Order: sequence, then C-alpha cells, then structure tokens
Amino acid sequence: MSTNAYYIPHKATWPIIGTGGLMLTLAGFANVLNGSSIGSAMMIMGFVVFIIMLAGWFTLQAVESESGMYSTQVGISYRMGMMWFIFSEVMFFAVFFGTLWYTRNLSVPWLGGFGDGPGRATHETLWPVFEAMWPTNGPGEIGGEFEPMGTWGLPFLNTLILLTSGVTCTWAHHGLLAKNRDQLIKGLIATVTLGFLFVGFQALEYHEAYTEMGLTLGSGIYGSTFFMLTGFHGFHVCVGAIILSVILFRSWKGHFKPENHFAFEAAAWYWHFVDVVWLGLFVFVYMM
Amino acid sequence: MSAVVAEHDDHGDHHDHGPEKGLLRWIITTNHKDIGTLYLVFALAMFFLGGAMALVIRAELFEPGLQFVEPQFFNSMTTMHALIMVFGAVMPAFVGLANWMIPLMIGAPDMALPRMNNMSFWLLVAGALLLASTLFMEGGAPASGWTLYPPLVLQTGAALPFAIFSVHLLGISSIMGAINIIATIFNMRAPGMTLMKMPLFVWTWLITAFLLIAIMPVFAGAVTMLLTDRFFDTSFFDAAGGGDPVLYQHIFWFFGHPEVYVMILPTFGVASTIIPVFARKPLFGYSSMVYATASIAFLSFIVWAHHMFTVGMPVAGELYFMYATMLIAIPTGVKVFNWTATMWKGSMTFETPMLFSIAFVVLFTMGGFTGLMMSVAPSDFQYHDTYFIVAHFHYTLVPASIFIIMAAGYFWLPKWTGNMYDEKLGQLHFWLSAISVNVLFFPQHFLGLAGMPRRIPDYAVQFADWNMVSSIGAFVFGFSQLLFLYIVIKTIRGGTGEEVTGEVWEDASKHSLEWTLPSPLPYHTFTTPPKEIPTEHF
Repeated sequence: MSTNAYYIPHKATWPIIGTGGLMLTLAGFANVLNGSSIGSAMMIMGFVVFIIMLAGWFTLQAVESESGMYSTQVGISYRMGMMWFIFSEVMFFAVFFGTLWYTRNLSVPWLGGFGDGPGRATHETLWPVFEAMWPTNGPGEIGGEFEPMGTWGLPFLNTLILLTSGVTCTWAHHGLLAKNRDQLIKGLIATVTLGFLFVGFQALEYHEAYTEMGLTLGSGIYGSTFFMLTGFHGFHVCVGAIILSVILFRSWKGHFKPENHFAFEAAAWYWHFVDVVWLGLFVFVYMM
Repeated sequence: MSAVVAEHDDHGDHHDHGPEKGLLRWIITTNHKDIGTLYLVFALAMFFLGGAMALVIRAELFEPGLQFVEPQFFNSMTTMHALIMVFGAVMPAFVGLANWMIPLMIGAPDMALPRMNNMSFWLLVAGALLLASTLFMEGGAPASGWTLYPPLVLQTGAALPFAIFSVHLLGISSIMGAINIIATIFNMRAPGMTLMKMPLFVWTWLITAFLLIAIMPVFAGAVTMLLTDRFFDTSFFDAAGGGDPVLYQHIFWFFGHPEVYVMILPTFGVASTIIPVFARKPLFGYSSMVYATASIAFLSFIVWAHHMFTVGMPVAGELYFMYATMLIAIPTGVKVFNWTATMWKGSMTFETPMLFSIAFVVLFTMGGFTGLMMSVAPSDFQYHDTYFIVAHFHYTLVPASIFIIMAAGYFWLPKWTGNMYDEKLGQLHFWLSAISVNVLFFPQHFLGLAGMPRRIPDYAVQFADWNMVSSIGAFVFGFSQLLFLYIVIKTIRGGTGEEVTGEVWEDASKHSLEWTLPSPLPYHTFTTPPKEIPTEHF
C-alpha cells in the first residue's frame, strides 16, 4: 500500500504535549534542587505527561507504518534522523571523555607542578605539596579516602554481557531478514535480558562503591568523571533496553517485514552505539 | 487507527487543503511555512526583548557613575541580553528562514520530519520561558555573562538550575531543527537539484546544521557539569577536588566558537542569495563559496582557545590557536571577494534588501578585521575583555547577521504575503539603522583600545564622551527598529496595495525556485516536484 507521495502528517498534537511535559519535568526538577516543596509534584506530573507522549507518539508512528503510509523516501528521512541523533549523542559523551582526558593528562599534572599550564600557579601558591597522580580526589582530598574501581571483576563481566548482547541483537536481525520469527523473538529476548542484566550489575557495582569503597560522586575528580561517564552510559543502556522491549513486543505482534523494519534498525543502531561507548569506558575509565 | 487512515486519505485527495482555523492552527501545525512564521515572529519578539535589555545597559553607561540600576542587575542584563539575542533572536530567525525557504528552494513539499519540526519550535519557546522566568527569581537572573563561567556562575541564586535546563531545552530544539534540515536537504531535493545546484542559502544551512548537531550536545554537557558541581558534590571545575575551572572554558568555547558561526554562515547564505538578484548577475564563484563555507565550518572547531589567550595556556597552545585562527581570514576573504565580484559591472539597483546586503559586506568586513587584530595573541592581551571585543562581535552580529535577517525580511515578505512593503519607509529604516549602528558600535573600538573593561556598570571619567556617543547611537538604533516592526505589519496587512508578481524582483526566477511560484505562496507548494531547475549560477 506504499504510496509515492511523501507523507506529510497534519495536526500534530503530541509535540506540544511532549513539550509541556518536558518543561514541567525540568521546571519541577529545578524547584527540587532549590528546595521548593512543589518541585517533586511538578516533576512527577511532567514526567508522566512526557511518558504518555512517548507512548502515544510512537504508537501513532507504528500504526501509520503498519498501514503502509511511509514510502521508501520517508524511511530514508527517519534513518537520517536516527543517524544524526546518535551522532549528537556521540558528541555528548565526547564531552565527558574529553573531560577525563584533560584532567588526567593536563590539569592534574599542572596541579602537581608539571608543565606550564594555568594550574601551575595554583600548585605553587595553594598546594605546593600536592603530587599529581591518578586516581585522585585532588589536593583538597574532597570526599575523603576512597578505593578506585577495579577492572576485572564486575566491569569485565559487564563487558562480556554487553558484547554478547550486540551479537544476539544482530542474530535477531538476521532472523527478521530471513523471516525466521522464532529467531527474531529469541534473539530480542536474549538482548533485552542481557541489557537489563548489565544494568543490574552496574547497580550492584555502584552499591559496592558507595557502601564499601568510599567512592561517591563527591570523591573529587575521579569520582566525578567515573560516575558521570558510567552513569550517563547506564542511563542509555536502560533507555536502549526499553526501546528493544518495545521492539520485542512489536515483533511478537507480527510487525516488521524483511524490506521494511526501520524501528528495529534504529533500535539496533542505538544498541550498538551504547555498546561502543561501553568499550570506550572499559578502556579509558576502568583499564587505564 | 481508522482516524489516522482517514486523515491520510484526506491528504491524498485534496492537495490544496488550507490551514486549521483559529489559534489551534499555530499550535499543532506541521506546515513548514506556518512553523517558519512562528519562528520569525518569535525571533522578532525576542529581538525587542533583548534590545530593551541592551538599552538598559546603554542608559546606565550614558554617564559615569551609577544612575539607574544596581550592578548585579546590570550584570544580569548583559548576560540575559546575550543569551536572548543569540538563542532567542538570531538563531530562531535563521531557523525560521530555513523553514520557509529550504523546501521552496529545493522543490520539496515540506520539511522531511514535519511533526518533529513542530516540536523543535515549541521546545524553543519552553526554553525561552524558563530562561525569562529567571528574571523574577530570588537572587536575580544569571549575571555571569553568557559564557556562564564557573566559579562565578555557581554563585547564581535560585535561577541557576532554571538557566541550565533552559540551555538543555534550547539545545534539544536546535538539534531537532538541525536534523530536520539535514534530512530535508539530503532526502527531499527535486529531481535534477544536485547538491552543487542548490542555492547558497541551502548550502550554508546544511553546513550550519552539522555544526549545530556537533556543538549543542557539548554545551549541554558543560552546563550539566555546572549543575552537578553545584548540587551533586562533583569537582569538575574545582581545583581542590582535582578539577579545573579552565576546563569549562575549553568546553564552552569548543561549543562557543562554532556557535558564532552558526549565526554567521546562514547570513552568508542569504547575502549570496540577495546580491546576485540586484546585481542582475550570477553569483561569482559559486563553488568557491561552497568550499569556503565548509572550510570556515571546519576551522571553527579547531580555534576555540583564542577566546582564552589570557587564561595562562602553555605557549605552544597560544601559538597554535593564534595561527589556526588567522587561517579563517582566508576563506572569509574569498567570500567577501566573491560578493564584491558579483556586484562588479552588474546592473545594480538599490532596493532595501540590497542596501542592507551591501552594508553587510562592508561592515562585516570591518568586524572581520578587528577579529584578525585580536587573533594575534600578544595584542589580544591588551584587547581582552575590553570594549574592543564588544565592538568586534557586535559588528559581526548586528550589521551582519541582523542586517541580513532584515534584508531577508524585505526580500521575501512580498513573496510570502503577496504584498509589497513600502520602499520609502524601508530605505528610511535602512539609513537610520546603518548610521546609528556605527554611532553605536564604532566608538566602542576607541573605548576598548583605551582600556575600558566590558561588563561593568560604571567607568573612569576618561571614557565618558565616547560612551555618551555610543548610548545615543544605541537609542536611535533601538527605536529605528520600531519602524521595521511597523513596515512588516503594514506589509502583512496589505502593504502598498501594489500588485506583486510571482517573481517579485526582476528575473529572480532565474536564480532560485521560490520565484517560479505565485505570490502569495499557496499553503502547500511543490506537492509535485518542479520540472526545471534554475541554472543562473553556472
């Protein structure tokens, strides 16, 4: 039923609802941070609206897609949209990787008296005894003593889990292309399960860090970069696993054809992106 | 589900159905022309809001001493003026022009992702509302300057998280808009409209969109770290914890330098569109314009620390950023040369859009030259954070970006509305603006070279005379813009009553596709792709 004319929807109601929800969520969060009592109610209400918008909008897209309203050209627009969205995410993570690089290679050594960077004078005037090292919580020993996160325990296990989930995701894709429904659904179940398993282990790791290792978000620059990088990544894994759950549900309902399954592709791209970010994390945060 | 299909059928059967009735039309619209109008109206409103703040600044600086406002509020004004003008006026105005013109120029029925298009506009409004709300908060609006440098910005009162989340919303809005523009240009061009046949406005926006997608997440990351430093005990910008406040400056300017090109590249695009029409010649050096734009965009990512020459970088860094910055003058020079060469021996006429465009070429070049002066690191040690830099970037923004946005208004309003603007009033607006903008900003060069620092409410008496001149220029410039508002409203409501042809300007249809359509433009255009592509560029 695919048509040649480019599908231009009219009367979009979800965008304004989503905008309202997002704005309410953020204004509520800001109020929470300022210690205002109405903040949390605003935040929850806004977030509920935002979730309803996501559910409604994506349902609408799925229904339209299944009724054959999207031509190949529309599909290309969606693919470009997803591609460049992922690129923007890459740039977002680049900020935190860049921060890690800058502190480890430039600003911490300057604080320790090496080189001729801006931190050199700070070393000489404020903290002449501070020695550059990594991990560190800085010359002020902010957050107190802590133990840095190891590499070969949970983090390595999580690496294996996430890499395996990338394989099962591709296996599911092959099932879709070969019209092997069984393989598609089993592959997705495995991927989603591994995804949530990863999140579970990550939660366990955080729990250990906070309760046993003295390592918190407040543990100077090491704690800041560690939790910011792994935290944003963990959040993305959560989102990716939820997206894949929706894809699993749609596959189970019999959506997607070998020649037309943009939603699956987008979810898979996103999942591989999350995977690659983890490899970066494993090497630069846990190993080096 | 049936409702959705019915809606679709409706679309298939009646290609020429019109807009919704009433206010709802604007809220749920997916039409690129409606959304373009929303962006432009919003930008104009923000232009007056930001402008009013500028007048508060200039009123306070009219004489030495404190006259009208508290220093803290003065600093809020400089901060909010900048944020509103950058994110509320100039960027949205160009997104509005992109929405209106890109589908028309490439022969597409609409933007590629119309629902997301609607959302990017409303997120912009949401972000602006959060930002504006900080004016009424305990501790006042952010007063750290638009760069939001820590540790100063962390002293902001209740406004801080609102300002940060406003940046997030504006960022999401810009990224959505940019993705839409890229998908539209790559995927929606009419058959025969190859990349190298696109009007330069489309080209510059394509490149700008890539800049936006690359930099908005970076700014979002930077302000997120401000948020966690203030509220969640992190030490990103705190040396005691091993962090570094200078790191914020690096991240900010990695965003900030491409960001200023986000405001200037579409300006180049519009100028390259207008000048050939009134010179009645093809654009000189079309492909070199494309390559120069791409070069400028690339260079914008590797020069950021020239904003931080005085921060105490290692000497190697100073040298690298100095030479890399100077390179920008080459592609920019190519552009200025090409605009001039386009006019050379042309049969020129000087309608309002052309006047603004010529003023742009001259005055932007001056802004470029002062930029070149400051790229020399040892000289910048003298100019840094003085009124010289204020003069420099206002020359590249006001008589460049803003003049060109107004030129675009005069150029395309007759096309959009089917009504002609009042040429006499337009020219009056031009001369008032062009003269007063120089009275306003030129003396600031002298003030800066004499050592007057920026972002201060009071100053030594030696700076009194030129500050007074500058303030007089500011008020004349500011109030002249009310004339622009009047002209725009008058044009929308019938204009001069003159019949406007589809082409509007003589032989314009040779230059770009929009002029092959009737004026005013129908609600839906190019539902079937155009047969012929204008080839005037070649």
